Amino acid sequence: MKQVGVLALQGAFREHIQMLELCGARGFEVRKLQELKRCEAMIIPGGESTTIGRLLVEFELLDPICNLAREGMPILGTCAGMVLLAENIIGSDQPRLGLMRVSVLRNAFGRQVDSFEARLDIPVLGPEPFPGVFIRAPYLEEVQPPAEALATFMGKVVMARQGRLLSAAFHPELTSDLRVHRYFLETVAGADV
Amino acid sequence: MVAAEKGTWTVKKGLAEMLKGGVIMDVTTPEQAKIAEEAGACAVMALERVPADIRAAGGVARMADPSIILKIMDAVTIPVMAKVRIGHFVEAQILEALGVDYIDESEVLTPADEEHHINKHEFKVPFVCGARNLGEALRRIGEGAAMIRTKGEAGTGNVVEAVRHMRLIMAEIRRVQNMPDDELMAFAKNIQAPYELVRQVKELGRLPVVNFAAGGIATPADAALMMQLGADGIFVGSGIFKSANPAKRARAIVMATTHYRDPEILAEVSRDLGEPMPGLEISSIRPEERMQDRGW
Repeated sequence: MKQVGVLALQGAFREHIQMLELCGARGFEVRKLQELKRCEAMIIPGGESTTIGRLLVEFELLDPICNLAREGMPILGTCAGMVLLAENIIGSDQPRLGLMRVSVLRNAFGRQVDSFEARLDIPVLGPEPFPGVFIRAPYLEEVQPPAEALATFMGKVVMARQGRLLSAAFHPELTSDLRVHRYFLETVAGADV
Repeated sequence: MVAAEKGTWTVKKGLAEMLKGGVIMDVTTPEQAKIAEEAGACAVMALERVPADIRAAGGVARMADPSIILKIMDAVTIPVMAKVRIGHFVEAQILEALGVDYIDESEVLTPADEEHHINKHEFKVPFVCGARNLGEALRRIGEGAAMIRTKGEAGTGNVVEAVRHMRLIMAEIRRVQNMPDDELMAFAKNIQAPYELVRQVKELGRLPVVNFAAGGIATPADAALMMQLGADGIFVGSGIFKSANPAKRARAIVMATTHYRDPEILAEVSRDLGEPMPGLEISSIRPEERMQDRGW
């Protein structure tokens, strides 16, 4: 059973752990270096990217996660996780992992009153649309190889992949659709890098 | 071809899910908002006065001036909440028009309606409401609150009431979980809560929405105490900007909320924080000045 650590500094980590269990993986909370070392893969959940970023620095997890990712540890980032994975965060110098060759715009669809749900076409997940839950969501302004866009909404990139890294602007963990988590565990995590 | 649906229950409740494990701080100026964001706050509450000052000033406390709220919204990228008086749905309409991210229908302000709370289903912006017990929490959720917090006793720097309210809510949830289905209706009647929501509590083993602690939290230890008692996150009102070193205390409370079960980290972050806010003994507050008794 795959051991998947969910970064639990702040945000919706509980929901990701439930999704992992439903997919037949073992999810556990990661707050410290010892817990990080047990990860075969990792999820960075939604939350506030400034809060999570600062706590990553404060508790000295930022560099260890980057090193593990460079050695091939798969990471899925949702919403704040997408922001933290991005190399460039437009208009911000906040702490980040910066692992994906993308430019991200925070709160790109507007404030909470503009948060929305929409059906998404995500070709890698099959023909059935995916229930997208966007909460003060970011999108990617720019995606450079080796990163590639996997889905768009209203012309904006809302899902991307780079080797064993996967990021989504929406929250699959707030739905009952397991396909993003399955795609991460079965396809992205096993990819050659 | 693509339709986006705004203000759904999922996105209202969802934002609160994203705030979990975090600290929401009361701020009265853009400078304070920046200090809070820099310290790792997951959201700020924009106010004209913190509860301790509202308590001291007396008189009628109302929604803050929109220009204060807008300045704070401009200063930070994290979500901005603001308070309206209980039952004052027009103040809520105004905050929604300003684009505030969350509305707190709060007992800290002077109630505008002594019988009815706001019908929160009517709004696209989500609401958080205070509660002292399970019945009160479920009535607020029934009216459309997408997030609950304990009332505690705001502006006192005294955590005792927040502890009382959190313990009571958790104890009632455990009771419901162990209750046979045929006793749920009478229980719902006794606590004056919607039956459907009581059933959901039994199934989930928790409230159907996120439940934060609020009202009197002043130290990292207070925050960790509330988390260990079952809170999903923390509101700190007067506790930060009424203390001697707000930036340091704010950071310490954020770290304590993340590592709430780790006494070594709690010991480390509790050191050298300077004077906390001065506290108030609850029995020294006249009954008519107790904020937690506002609303029902």
